[in-house]
Amino acid sequence: MFNHILFNLIQVAVVMIFAPLASGVLARMKEFVQSKRGPSIFQPYRDLWKFFHKDEIVSEDSSWIFRFTPYIVFVTPIFVALLIPVLTNYPLFFAFMGDMIGGGFILSLGGFFATLAAIDTANPYGPIGASRTRMVGFLAEPVFMIVFFTVSFVAGSTIPYIVQETWVTPLANFFMPSHVLLVLAFLMLILAEGGRIPVDNPTGHFELAMIDESKSLEYSGRGFALMKWGGYMKTFVLMCIFLNVLVTPWGLAGDTTLGAVLLAIPKVLLKIFCFLLVLVVIESSLSKLRLFRIAEFLGAAFITSVAAMIAQIFLPSLK
Amino acid sequence: MSESTNQLLDNLNALAVGLFLLTAFGIVAMRQARGVLNLFIVQSLLLAASAALLGMRHQTEHLYGVALVNLISKPIIVPWLLRKTSPSEIYTRREVTQVLNIPTALLIALALAILSYFLAQPLLKAVAPEFRGPNVPIGIAGLLIGAFTITVRREALPLLIGLLVMENGAFLTGISISRNLPLLVELAIATDGLVIVFIMGVLTRAVQKQIGTTAVGELATLKEAPFEPTESEPTK
Repeated sequence: MFNHILFNLIQVAVVMIFAPLASGVLARMKEFVQSKRGPSIFQPYRDLWKFFHKDEIVSEDSSWIFRFTPYIVFVTPIFVALLIPVLTNYPLFFAFMGDMIGGGFILSLGGFFATLAAIDTANPYGPIGASRTRMVGFLAEPVFMIVFFTVSFVAGSTIPYIVQETWVTPLANFFMPSHVLLVLAFLMLILAEGGRIPVDNPTGHFELAMIDESKSLEYSGRGFALMKWGGYMKTFVLMCIFLNVLVTPWGLAGDTTLGAVLLAIPKVLLKIFCFLLVLVVIESSLSKLRLFRIAEFLGAAFITSVAAMIAQIFLPSLK
Repeated sequence: MSESTNQLLDNLNALAVGLFLLTAFGIVAMRQARGVLNLFIVQSLLLAASAALLGMRHQTEHLYGVALVNLISKPIIVPWLLRKTSPSEIYTRREVTQVLNIPTALLIALALAILSYFLAQPLLKAVAPEFRGPNVPIGIAGLLIGAFTITVRREALPLLIGLLVMENGAFLTGISISRNLPLLVELAIATDGLVIVFIMGVLTRAVQKQIGTTAVGELATLKEAPFEPTESEPTK
């Protein structure tokens, strides 16, 4: 019992500590592909440090939503990190609180408040980005739902610890069409939700073209640092769900000893590094879609997820 | 062969077939003519993979033969024939003229795929239990989606690909419901397909010479106006 609480806290600490690193590594590798040197991989930590020590300016006309949102954005990924398998393949102390759908809801709560806060100050660019984020969110929602339905259809459960077992027992299940198609659909979702390149350009600084970034335009100082850190953690948590639950359920700690859990940390980071390599290839070889093409991108994700479900319906005729 | 190997082969075959369905959707949604052709090549490779995996699963050489014929004819000879016969303008074209917009077309294709499940049920009851793979419903889905592609596209090359997708779908069903499809039949069908490609390619070239474009969807009305030789003169 005590161990499980401790491991759960370690899990949260890993998410908090290594999320900026993942972002820094990604940025550095992207610059490297473009034959530039790029900032140090520890730059996000320095940024966060700097923002935490700056003054915060809050508009007089903003409401409590604007002040509370950074904390909500910061806390929601931490809550999800309590629920999902980051380091262990057995449920930890808080895992009973929610399944994958619950995690999805908690994450979208952060997005919801970020959108409200962007509209709150009546800055002209905030609402543009907020409404665009909502557009992407609305289009991504059915895909999320179908992915979760298919997962529960195949695995008989939406609890991540049961789902990750299903794909590899027996190993032949790994090649089930529903599994591979789900992975494809979820990858497209991560690109859309994380504001990555075919949908949004995370390094762009042109306000009119921003989708995801514009939500934090009005923030400064500590609020901005919390928003940024929350954004890093959200991406990290999504990657953890993708890698540990859907793609590669290997390398997680199996026993309840502290050593095994600590040993799982480098393995998980290695998996995330491999995924970042894939992400760099995707981001460097595609160009940003026009706004109204995003609907088609997410439509393709929807079709992929439904194809996963169809393939699963067609399978039982084997028996 | 052991149970676990069989299960692995079944799953791999199901994966190939599932990706086959995905490429069929892609062919409906793709904008560029070249992208459609590439997806068709991938789809044919998946068909060949499915045939080879089924051959391994049921231990028959015939299906290996089918896989080989498919591997040579569709991904290699078809694009080569198209390049030789049809005008090269067709590949550079960005096709945006569809009868329906892309999301609608995709949703209809999805409905067709679900419909094919029900269409396949009577057929599945008729065959031996070990052949009741996912090939039959998805093959029928390929057939329907190919026909649908022909309906909504207005450009010559995607129309032709739609026809070939129909053929791929029929093949995918065919290889799964019988263990000993005579190779002669397969060869005949494969040659048929090539002849179709050849004729369509030449026809496209003729159309392009005559009216200066390959967007055959615009040829919707018959002209009853008196023949004017100056207008129908081939463009140089």
